[in-house]
Amino acid sequence: MAQSFRMKPPMGEDNGWWWQQAAEGNLAIQRCKACSTLRHPPRPMCGDCQSLEWDHVVSSGRGTLDSFTVLHHPQFPGFDYPLIIILVKLEEGTRFTSQLINCSVEAVEFGMPVEMIMHEDPDGFRLPMFQPAQGAHA
Amino acid sequence: MSQFLKDKAAIAGIGLTEFSKKSGVSELSLAAQATLAACEEAGLPPSEIDGFVSYTLDSTDEIELARTVGAGDLKLFTKVNYGGGAAVGTILHAVMAVATGVADNVICYRAMNGRSGQRMGQGISGQIVSSDLVHWSWYMPYGMLTPGSWIAMIANKYMHHYGVTAEDLGRVAISQRNYAQSNPRSFFHGKPLTMEDYLASKMIADPLRLYDFCQETDGGCAILVTSAERARDLQQKPAIIRGVVQASTRGQEQMTSYYREELDSLPEMEMAARLVYAQSGLGPDDINAACLYDAFTSEVIMQLESFGFCGRGEGKDMVRDGALDIDGRLPNNTHGGLLSEAYIHGMNSIAEGARLVRGTSTSQPKGVEHVLVSSGVGVPTGALILGRD
Repeated sequence: MAQSFRMKPPMGEDNGWWWQQAAEGNLAIQRCKACSTLRHPPRPMCGDCQSLEWDHVVSSGRGTLDSFTVLHHPQFPGFDYPLIIILVKLEEGTRFTSQLINCSVEAVEFGMPVEMIMHEDPDGFRLPMFQPAQGAHA
Repeated sequence: MSQFLKDKAAIAGIGLTEFSKKSGVSELSLAAQATLAACEEAGLPPSEIDGFVSYTLDSTDEIELARTVGAGDLKLFTKVNYGGGAAVGTILHAVMAVATGVADNVICYRAMNGRSGQRMGQGISGQIVSSDLVHWSWYMPYGMLTPGSWIAMIANKYMHHYGVTAEDLGRVAISQRNYAQSNPRSFFHGKPLTMEDYLASKMIADPLRLYDFCQETDGGCAILVTSAERARDLQQKPAIIRGVVQASTRGQEQMTSYYREELDSLPEMEMAARLVYAQSGLGPDDINAACLYDAFTSEVIMQLESFGFCGRGEGKDMVRDGALDIDGRLPNNTHGGLLSEAYIHGMNSIAEGARLVRGTSTSQPKGVEHVLVSSGVGVPTGALILGRD
């Protein structure tokens, strides 16, 4: 596997902090400081109360599968196909787009419980992925 | 919703280049050929064009095209954002200019070497930080790099919720492929599609197979918009613009609106429907034919619901009843659509809308009074209703 196949996000004022959290092992969710509304993907202003003040919470990483697709073509270098892409409804209420690993294509189901597992590329880049929930939660 | 724009303007000319997989000419050349064809069809010299509108994704700038075709002084030059969502948006900008007297004769154009040049399915990349690139960066690192991958997430949810089957998607593909058989411009002319072929085609982004995807095409298309009054004096039967709108809803993303309440509907298309019906004073019962944007088959079924031709979840039933076929309730994409004619980013479907109103489609249904045309799905979009004069 190539060292740097993955397209890295541009790191700007509005999203760089989120990837820093991921680098530290956290799946972060932005929170409005004024009205406490959670929002993802991050934005510089709250769409509900227009506050520019925000902090974040760290997600439990638990959620259920709202939708998914299995990608077969075209195949980009570095990715393993079939590639399962999922839309997770996190316990906290926001959704997150990610990849499902440690799961066969046949076993993917709408509504299945999943849990976050922090993936690290050979070059040290970290991004949250998910796997079928283990143990009690499942 | 103001009815100010209703009936003020018309499509007076449509111009196409040849559609191919390798044009061998520049995109500027395609744009110029299409523009000239639209002018010649209408009987209006290019020197009288005073406005140009295109897509932000189009590589040909307005003044390059103006110089090339010998247009005169320009009073309107603009580009509309969001991929295929720009299609009828270009018409809206032209109509606003014509109706207010800002410009008189406006060319809306899209020209692309979509197969031999930059291909949609190649993925996207970028080095600089912009809000748009940050948006894509929530998907790029996971390998979601293509329109099919973004749309499949919504299509899968929708199909799961309402029991839409692979065969239902196949029915859309086959219906449009059947229309392509009578359209010599169509890439799939002479190549019919059976359900067996459809189901055997390779899975690309589950649940979307190869034939659920539109073409990649080299070609250009131009639409001449002028006042209804002027159009009546030109060579072609005018397609009167009864209503034209753009629509983007709360929480809208480009292709990946995954964070709104519902995942199995098209809020921006429902908004476009509301607005275009209000502006035109028409409703779904008044629409006799359509060119519903069809980058993917699933989008056609969902739009039947968005535009009120049936209730939520009933799009599949309409398709099973043959509603989209020539003798059905709503003959749709009678040119073959983006799936089977060519992918000129929806501009060729506006041209077909004008043909349907003129009565000159290669698959002309009987008694067409009003035709609905929509822009790209899953993006900020728009809708257009054309009517017979």
